[in-house]
Amino acid sequence: MAQYSVEVNGKSHTVDVLEDMPLLWVLRDILGLTGTKFGCGKALCGACTVHLNEAAVRSCSLPISAVGDGKITTIEGLDDDGRHPLQQAWELHVVPQCGYCQTGQIMSAAALLKSNPHPSESEIEQAMQGNLCRCGTYNRIKAAITSVGSAE
Amino acid sequence: MKKRQLPERTLDTVSSEVFRPTRRNFLKVTGMLSGGLVLGVSVFGCDEKGKKLTYLTPNVYLRISSASDITIIAHRCEMGQGIRTSLPLIIADELGADWSKVKVEQGEGDEKKYGDQNTDGSYSIRMFFQPMREAGATAKHLLIQAAAQEWQVPVDECDTENSQVIHKGSNKKVDFGELVEVASTLPVPSAGNVRLKERSRFNLIGGATPIVDLHDIVTGKATFGIDAAVDGMKVAVIKRCPVVGGSVKSFNDQKARAVPGVINVIEVKGAGLPATLNKPLSGVAVIADNTWAAIKGRDLLEIEWEFGPNASYNSDQQIRELTKAVAKSGTRRRVRGDFKKALAGARKVIEHTFITPYLAHATIEPPCALAVVKDGKCEIWACTQNPQGARNVVAEVLGLTVDNIKVNVTLLGGAFGRKSKPDFIVEAAVLAKESGLPVKVFWTREDDLQHDYFHALSVERAVATIDQNNKLSGWNHHIAYPSIGATADVSVLQPSDGELGLGATDFPYDIGAIQIETHDARSQLRVGWLRSVRNIPQVFTVATMMDEVAEARDVDPIAQAIELLGGDRNITFHEEMVDGTYQNYGEDISNYPWETARMKAVIQRVAKESGWGRRLPKGSGLGFAAHKSFLTYVACVVEVQVDANNKIIIPTVHYAVDCGTAVNIDRIKSQFEGGAQFSTSIALKSAITLKNGRVDQDNFDGYQIIRMPDSPKEIHVHIMESDAKPTGVGEPPVPPFTPALCNAIYAATGKRIYTLPVDLKG
Repeated sequence: MAQYSVEVNGKSHTVDVLEDMPLLWVLRDILGLTGTKFGCGKALCGACTVHLNEAAVRSCSLPISAVGDGKITTIEGLDDDGRHPLQQAWELHVVPQCGYCQTGQIMSAAALLKSNPHPSESEIEQAMQGNLCRCGTYNRIKAAITSVGSAE
Repeated sequence: MKKRQLPERTLDTVSSEVFRPTRRNFLKVTGMLSGGLVLGVSVFGCDEKGKKLTYLTPNVYLRISSASDITIIAHRCEMGQGIRTSLPLIIADELGADWSKVKVEQGEGDEKKYGDQNTDGSYSIRMFFQPMREAGATAKHLLIQAAAQEWQVPVDECDTENSQVIHKGSNKKVDFGELVEVASTLPVPSAGNVRLKERSRFNLIGGATPIVDLHDIVTGKATFGIDAAVDGMKVAVIKRCPVVGGSVKSFNDQKARAVPGVINVIEVKGAGLPATLNKPLSGVAVIADNTWAAIKGRDLLEIEWEFGPNASYNSDQQIRELTKAVAKSGTRRRVRGDFKKALAGARKVIEHTFITPYLAHATIEPPCALAVVKDGKCEIWACTQNPQGARNVVAEVLGLTVDNIKVNVTLLGGAFGRKSKPDFIVEAAVLAKESGLPVKVFWTREDDLQHDYFHALSVERAVATIDQNNKLSGWNHHIAYPSIGATADVSVLQPSDGELGLGATDFPYDIGAIQIETHDARSQLRVGWLRSVRNIPQVFTVATMMDEVAEARDVDPIAQAIELLGGDRNITFHEEMVDGTYQNYGEDISNYPWETARMKAVIQRVAKESGWGRRLPKGSGLGFAAHKSFLTYVACVVEVQVDANNKIIIPTVHYAVDCGTAVNIDRIKSQFEGGAQFSTSIALKSAITLKNGRVDQDNFDGYQIIRMPDSPKEIHVHIMESDAKPTGVGEPPVPPFTPALCNAIYAATGKRIYTLPVDLKG
């Protein structure tokens, strides 16, 4: 067990956990931020995607000891009012079916648009290929990202 | 209303219920509406500020407060199909409620109260469309009576709109809430005595209503099974025997207990063999303060297993054995005419063996359940498709009465049939009882893929004969796969009538000789049902063969389907079943006939919408398949491009669907979009294999599902206008897509597909 100080959604927390505990479980079990989901534990499905500084990372495979002083953003902190342009687009296109993977999808999409505000279809596909959706909402995810990415 | 006494449902009968939803709950529901509660329908409560409120509760699905708040109970389980939206909107439409202000509340598991809650088999809308309409109309009736009394006007002159009663002549309006007190003193009419809306006046039914959980989902606030929590909750992770039916011989938990945060280690008793559809596998659970500690503790368990008879099971070997078996004569299940004669007189015979693998559900949310056992009671929170089934088995296992078990249903992060089985809920209940702690059982991805109730592998041989006049004269379909029934009873060796009725014995084409035969396929694994069930392999066989038959006859596959469906008629199948019945998804075929006219109409529609027959560049092709399942008619055209490296791209998919009355257009479309993606995984990516009784795949690298770059680019869903009774849409998109895709691959490459998943290099 060891103490770590982590900054999540602009707030600093001190946690006393096993040093190899993945960030995912720190968020979910220790900090109670359950919007980030477990899907595979091996960075294969993207359900646990959060931002470490500006980049999308798979929190299931990032040990707390490796986070350092990086700033973590989860779905809860993406926008204070839950009205990030992508969240609005997701609602407009009624993207979710079961909804379980969608927070990870939105976090991946948000990281994409930060680095590439106007992605092409194939750029969206490449950026989102790490996020699985078993319900098969890919077409609407693409449409939602495209609608934000083509807006000025 | 006639009431029947039927035996209490057990999970072991679930497999047959999937295909045969009982009508008993429907009777109960309408019974309740028709006067189970005659008066005294008001209850009292307080709002958040402590203000006293009166509620009108004319039935179990609906509560209207004196402040005009409308709460509708969603009693079936939400797994992405949109049922928490689509059933409540039916009530709201009939009631004349302002939908934007309706609150939807999830009902706990209680079938005596709500009627059937086993959310499976694509029958929620089919079974509850009428009861939901009546539930809304009953409340409307009471509110209108109350207003008419107050205004001293005839009832006929009043109507409801936007949560108000309106008097048409004077344009007087009154909020529902103001009528609650009076309405709740009026006698509740019987369901048959309430007037339902004319269809032309529906304002929600037939529209595109966004799902009620949309904002919670995109903001991460939605509660799934994995998110359920209570104070003092601990997390359990279980090491289960890698071979089904095996058991723990001995174990050493010293190292596991040394992990900081680990609280207890408890053996979980397994069902043994038969594996059953409701009991856990044998294993050892590590209970810890948090998920990571539990996982780490489990990694350090030292367990000696007794593997049991499945330790020699190999899926490849079974496929080889079944391939030999289907080459011979089998048990005849449906017979028309004389196939032998058709074979003898054939100008051309086409014969192929079709092989499909075991499949896992791979819901992105793995199974997860929280249980609290205290003072002779047990409370559960779980992502379950079947809360009453879970309640019954938890009561049995804990030795409590069902009344002492409460099952709260969370959102389900995908289900597809997996979460009908309550094994994971029983695990939580047993561990909560034994540890005396609130316990959440968490399954890792490895647990999920290795210990699923798998969709069974299938080996099928089809023979088609073409006569001297170039007509399809004979159809012979041989089938071998482990039956779902074998999971509960290992003596079951052949498919049930219910399983065969999903794409095999319901072969609809009007030809002279039809012979469907089945063969023994022993399994002692956990075999379950996956979205559309046996339609997956059986329709793959039928619809890819029919494409090859059309080619051999030099006719267009769509023209052939129209030709072979024949004149407008209702098909019954019953009289050709040998010692069995055609089950028609549990519905009387006179109420839900198999209408060739409706099937031909969806085929013609999909041909038109997809531009069937258009010329495509080299390496591209169109493929067609049509199939009725879960009483919904579906036709599908898939376009593919295959490049020089055998990479498969799916630019467009067109579906035409006749599901009778369309309740929520947006969710019908989303189910078809998702169904195409789901079926793409089946066609191109997924397979579970077993060696020595152990599953080879353990995560999304080995067990693959489709990712965005390989997924169909455009999916167009064309819904037929219809006033017919509504039927399901969750499963029907899946069966025809895979053969349509395979037929398109043939059109693009000249390579026929007989084995799934598709391997163009092999």
